[in-house]
Amino acid sequence: MSGPTAREAVLGRIRDALALAPPGRQPVPRAYRTGRTLPDDERLALFTGRLADYRAGVRVCTAAATAEAVAGALDAHGARRVGVPPGLDPAWLERFGGEVLVDSAAVSPRMLDGLDAVVTASAAACAETGTVLLDGSPDQGRRALSLVPDVHVLVVGLSTVAAGVPEALALLVPGRPTTLVSGPSATSDIELERVEGVHGPRVLEVVLRTDA
Amino acid sequence: MTRPSRPGAAAGSGDDPPERPLPGTPAPPPHAPPGTGRLRGDTPFPRAARAALGDHTLRDNLRRATGTIRARRLAATRELPDWERLRDAGAALKSEALDRLPELLPQLEAAFTGRGGTVHWARDAAEANAIVTRLVRETGSEEVVKVKSMATQEIGLNEHLARQGITAYETDLAELIVQLSGDRPSHILVPAIHRNREEIRGILRDGIPDADPRLGSDPAELAAAARAHLRERFLTVPVAVSGANFGIAETGTLCVVESEGNGRMCLTLPRTLITVMGIEKVVPLHRDLEVFLQLLPRSATGERMNPYTSLWTGVTPGDGPQEVHLVLLDNGRTAALADPLGRGALGCIRCSACLNVCPVYERVGGHAYGSTYPGPIGAVLSPYLAGMHATGDDPNRTLPYASTLCGACLDACPVRIDLPAMLVDLRRRHTEEAGRTPEALAMRTAGAVMRRPRLYTAAQRTAARLARAAARREGRITRLPPPLAGWTEARDAPVPARDAFRSWFASPEGAAAMRAAAREGERRRAAHEGPGGGAPADGHDRREEER
Repeated sequence: MSGPTAREAVLGRIRDALALAPPGRQPVPRAYRTGRTLPDDERLALFTGRLADYRAGVRVCTAAATAEAVAGALDAHGARRVGVPPGLDPAWLERFGGEVLVDSAAVSPRMLDGLDAVVTASAAACAETGTVLLDGSPDQGRRALSLVPDVHVLVVGLSTVAAGVPEALALLVPGRPTTLVSGPSATSDIELERVEGVHGPRVLEVVLRTDA
Repeated sequence: MTRPSRPGAAAGSGDDPPERPLPGTPAPPPHAPPGTGRLRGDTPFPRAARAALGDHTLRDNLRRATGTIRARRLAATRELPDWERLRDAGAALKSEALDRLPELLPQLEAAFTGRGGTVHWARDAAEANAIVTRLVRETGSEEVVKVKSMATQEIGLNEHLARQGITAYETDLAELIVQLSGDRPSHILVPAIHRNREEIRGILRDGIPDADPRLGSDPAELAAAARAHLRERFLTVPVAVSGANFGIAETGTLCVVESEGNGRMCLTLPRTLITVMGIEKVVPLHRDLEVFLQLLPRSATGERMNPYTSLWTGVTPGDGPQEVHLVLLDNGRTAALADPLGRGALGCIRCSACLNVCPVYERVGGHAYGSTYPGPIGAVLSPYLAGMHATGDDPNRTLPYASTLCGACLDACPVRIDLPAMLVDLRRRHTEEAGRTPEALAMRTAGAVMRRPRLYTAAQRTAARLARAAARREGRITRLPPPLAGWTEARDAPVPARDAFRSWFASPEGAAAMRAAAREGERRRAAHEGPGGGAPADGHDRREEER
């Protein structure tokens, strides 16, 4: 095909458009709240309250009691076969009596679908919105792992819970495959009524470690 | 100040005469070409609206849904003390991104490509459809799973793929409902907002193979049926097609905001991912998400945060699709960009808050607008993208009139798009382009009559008599003869009073009423004398204090 490529054509149209209607450049006012900090007890109360609003489960514990809290969350949902990312601290599953599958490239989506639950760590969290951020680090695993099983147990350290959205996003490393999770999967597509549990995990259990 | 009328007028006419500009002078970019995709319906808005208004189930469904979502949005936005400042930032960021498109798009392209992705450019819907089709063919698959996306609705991708023998499965619950019932989306965010649970139960029961015939109408049960139906597709279909809410130039990162997890499934499990994104979705910095991820969920569903937001940057070895494509779509966006006012519509982040607060949308629903984009934003975006004069009776020219100009949409818009100003400007343009019309003649005549008081009074009396004759028994005028038919095409008119105000005012009865009102005023003033008088009415509760 002759003539300019689509790329040249579109960029040319953009330049023409901006020449015909020259932009009035104005600075971006970033006067919204950033750099907020809140004391531990306030972040804890805010974060757990917001998670409860999404009908996510919350278990608050110390780092030493992580294994107990994780086992409690898995047992509460009758999970017997549990997937974990390769970098997860094995000590976290010491109190769990079921079968643990360590994820790898050899594990197919269908095998993930056969799991009862998944346990992962997290990269950061946001108290104001009850959001947990996953970035694919070895203790969080690839995205499919925390998506396909029906129960997701998320271990969060209180020190990584930021006050608001700007503060939490600032903790991310851009370019990593990132997922922001705010409660279990949900839909409001039927009469705008929120229903928890569609394609993503229908159960979200957050284990919040107060001294980690 | 002079109005830059040339580019405005050029961008407004749909047929884009290929006027050859002098070498070196900019040419007005073309609108989205007619014929492919869905940027116009086939019925003028007033006629489509009349049909919708007669559908009582539709009106009940819409009233309930928009009422619910309005309350939720207000609660979610009121909660943030810096909401207005976030809106300021969002509006300015969108404007900056549009101004810097010539640098941001190549930057996005380079970053995305640098991470193993492939970028394609599409001038219009047909070109985008052809690119996606070729990419799907190259995988050998005859099926794709789809994340809900306005861009792919706009270009009519599903229909195009079907003609090429490729089956596209919509995976968003509402899109699934629409697809299974052979319907069209009627809302940007909740495409099946016009359906109630009983209707949805029937659609899923009849449309899902092996569905339980005893399927109930509880939303949780309906969602579970969709989950079971689509799980196998997610696990087996090797190609996904998505849109994108944001594309970050700085890092080459794409962002999809969703609720159900169907988005995550599509973005994660298939081997190949093809994303179709309008060129206006680019934002400069990764940091800019901190603004939009607050504005969008609270404006859209009234949630503090939507359940899932996915960010991906090209290919990540061992995680997600190993072949990723980005199709950058123009399809009339540059035509809108060339319009000094219309370019503001490109700032839309598709939250649909303007639909939910619009008194017109609430009553007629989304189908009446014809285009993929309904409601106030659709009433401006469709003409700006596709023009108003593609055919002799282009339905898009009726869209700027699908508004009462009440301004609720501007109040609700998280990026402060001045929709009322655009609606008025598009009306002006339509009127100017329409040239000599009976309406223009009538206005000129009325002007001449009004300059002569005696003539005016006489004309008024005659007109009132005629209008009363035209009225139906229920006291409304529903149809006037030509050349006045245009007035009653879209509205009923009240029957004029027997007496004109001016003659009543001059009568003894009028004089007595005025004296009584004056006495009443005196009495009230006396009663309020002293303590501060009346407190000023404060209609605005904005600018709350910092927490």
